[in-house]
Amino acid sequence: MDNNTSTGLYTLSVLTEDKAGLLNHITIIFTRRKINIDSLNVSSTEVHGVSRFTIVTKTSREMIDKVIKQIRKLIDVLDAFVYEDHQIHYQEIALYKVPTKVFLNGNKIESLVRNNGALILVIEEDYIVIEKTGHKNETQDLFNKLEPYGVLEFVRSGRVAISMSKRKTTTLIQQLEESTANKLSIDSY
Amino acid sequence: MNTSTLILEEIKVKKGKVMSGAEAVLQSLIAEGVDTIFGYPGGAIMPIYDALYHYDKQITHYLVRHEQGATHAAQGYSRVTGKTGVCFATSGPGATNLITGIADAQIDSTPMVCITGQVASPLLGSDAFQETDVVGISMPVTKWNYQVTKAEEIPEAISRAFYIANSGRPGPVVIDITKDAQIGEFEFNYKKCERIRSYHPYPAVIEEKIDEAIDLIKDAKKPYLLIGHGILISKAQKELSAFVEKSGIPFASTLLGLSAMPVDHPLYMGYLGMHGNYGPNLLTNECDVLIAIGMRFDDRVTGSVATYAKQAKVIHVEIDPSEIDKNVKTTVAINSDAKAALIALTRKIDKRTYPDWLAKFKACDEKEFEKVIKDEYNPTSEKLRMGEVIHILSEKTKGSAILVTDVGQHQMVASRYYRFSQTDSNVTSGGLGTMGFALPAAMGAKIALPTRQVVAVIGDGGFQMTIQELGTISQYGVAVKVIVLNNNFLGMVRQWQQLFFDKRYSFTELKNPDFQMIAKGYGMEVNKVEHRENLDKAISDLLNHDGPYFLEVIVEKEGNVFPMVPSGASVSDIRLE
Ligand SMILES: Cc1ncc(C[n+]2csc(CCOP(=O)(O)OP(=O)(O)O)c2C)c(N)n1
Repeated sequence: MDNNTSTGLYTLSVLTEDKAGLLNHITIIFTRRKINIDSLNVSSTEVHGVSRFTIVTKTSREMIDKVIKQIRKLIDVLDAFVYEDHQIHYQEIALYKVPTKVFLNGNKIESLVRNNGALILVIEEDYIVIEKTGHKNETQDLFNKLEPYGVLEFVRSGRVAISMSKRKTTTLIQQLEESTANKLSIDSY
Repeated sequence: MNTSTLILEEIKVKKGKVMSGAEAVLQSLIAEGVDTIFGYPGGAIMPIYDALYHYDKQITHYLVRHEQGATHAAQGYSRVTGKTGVCFATSGPGATNLITGIADAQIDSTPMVCITGQVASPLLGSDAFQETDVVGISMPVTKWNYQVTKAEEIPEAISRAFYIANSGRPGPVVIDITKDAQIGEFEFNYKKCERIRSYHPYPAVIEEKIDEAIDLIKDAKKPYLLIGHGILISKAQKELSAFVEKSGIPFASTLLGLSAMPVDHPLYMGYLGMHGNYGPNLLTNECDVLIAIGMRFDDRVTGSVATYAKQAKVIHVEIDPSEIDKNVKTTVAINSDAKAALIALTRKIDKRTYPDWLAKFKACDEKEFEKVIKDEYNPTSEKLRMGEVIHILSEKTKGSAILVTDVGQHQMVASRYYRFSQTDSNVTSGGLGTMGFALPAAMGAKIALPTRQVVAVIGDGGFQMTIQELGTISQYGVAVKVIVLNNNFLGMVRQWQQLFFDKRYSFTELKNPDFQMIAKGYGMEVNKVEHRENLDKAISDLLNHDGPYFLEVIVEKEGNVFPMVPSGASVSDIRLE
């Protein structure tokens, strides 16, 4: 199989106006083509009124190139980018709830937390919440290690990512605002 | 004072005036130049209808018989004028009845603004009477949609709606307005939308891409141009003829591109697609450079993409970037408006002719004429054939009528044999293939251009999907000419059953009503033809009649449309019989 049709992991970064209903618009593009979304995160950006969707999905290059164009076509989408892992800095955050009593049995858990770059978020009478930031394999690894002690609840956030490009969001938006593609100007040809 | 200054005066008077949301809807529409609306009232849109009562001088509203009819009428209106069609419908069932037409307009790039009433905003999400999530339902089939819950949002929502619907690649927009927003009062001001920072409908022509395209064409021995709806949308007919006449490149048209150029243009090779002409399909797999302008390589055009034009370098001129490389890989992509690209290409193209290449098309034409067309024009069968009906219609109108077709065999036959001589004259449902499209669409086209002859060609199946619009046609005396080609079958499906399902005619035969009695009941002039000797006069009578006219033509029951590219086959496997 060539690169275009074999499956890979892609991170989409979609800059949008902060408008209701956009999430639905975006997910429709995936569901129509029966593509699963692995994780999705929506957040505000450094620019007021502009949101960023970070979507992680497994599909082919050929497919993701079609999907990204359809996302860009949505009226309230400012721009959208596809990245492979080597083009971004990315993290996920995981929370683990374990019974407090397992901490009382020696310092095994404490060293697990320390050695895995995790931290203890809260300590309650009957449970403790551990927090770890990292890539999926890292947060999963800690989960695997905690599991024998009894994990009451585990949750992992969607990926957030920042690209290695030098592009500034404000510059991009300024360019969009000044674009002459808002109307047809035949005369200039 | 002409009407446009009158309207401007009116707007000036109303500017800054306090008014209801309902009246603001009408003022906004007038500011957008709307004078025709197709719609159907109901509880949630009553304030707007009440306001409309006072606007009968500026706006003509046509009360259709089903909301689907409103959408197709708006599409017909739009397709022959380029203007944005407008529909009104109430919440719930009124709005859901619009969906088929909205989906049709979306896939066939037709500008349309649908305004739907919605339950009052405090009731949203509560399953209130006649509440449906119209924004949710229409999301996948609209270019944009928006729910208005406050009166003061109305002018901006409508100005955006019109800007989005009719710029770039056009499409349908739904504006859903809650009842309280229609009733609420505010100070009205209107500003036409001229830009949305997240929307860039007209990417500029990039000269380097033009140069790359010109280089490819320079080296070509068998260049071939495919044109589509984009030529008509961008009104690039003149630019197209300048391009083909200078470049000498033969061209063919998709279903929706028909009438962009007169059929008798010496470089026009014919019609593409599953039932298109022989040469234009076959030679797609022989050309060396394939230039596609304003078309999207629909699967009804390409057949199997795996074997489509693999030998050719492809130049794709397309305004919608998401269409580029979607179905067919391009060598050079020109992401721009068709007219702008044609001007740029024509400036740099060499003057050439390709006599040997053209001869190949000609040879194919002769073969197709012998095997297929001859017998359609002058059949030896006892029963009438669809082809001869269209042939006579084409001769008698000199190809200058607006031809509105429904979906099925009659659509393919009409598209094959009507020899368009005037532009913006082909109205059909291409991408969605919506049976029931033609009757209301013809009505909309005739309302838009009352001086043009508008002829609807419809099958006996599709006619019964929107037959109730005869009521609208009759109420407003819309002088459309309706021809039903009656084969007592869902003919196109029957043809597939014959060819690919061993003649198992599973649920495709129809027991039809007396169509003439029905049309008569709606107050139309009617006629019916069964025999060849009466056909000529019947068509003359239809064309010469002043008002709406209904003609039923009984055609052979099991006629087939050829040539045919079987579904999933290669264009070079096109069958002549
Ligand atoms: C709304 C809708 N339902 C079903 C179809 C599938 N379909 C395509 S052509 C056709 C037969 C059309 O029959 P008729 O209107 O009699 O025209 P004919 O093919 O006989 O000319 C059908 C059922 C369709 N295109 N649209």
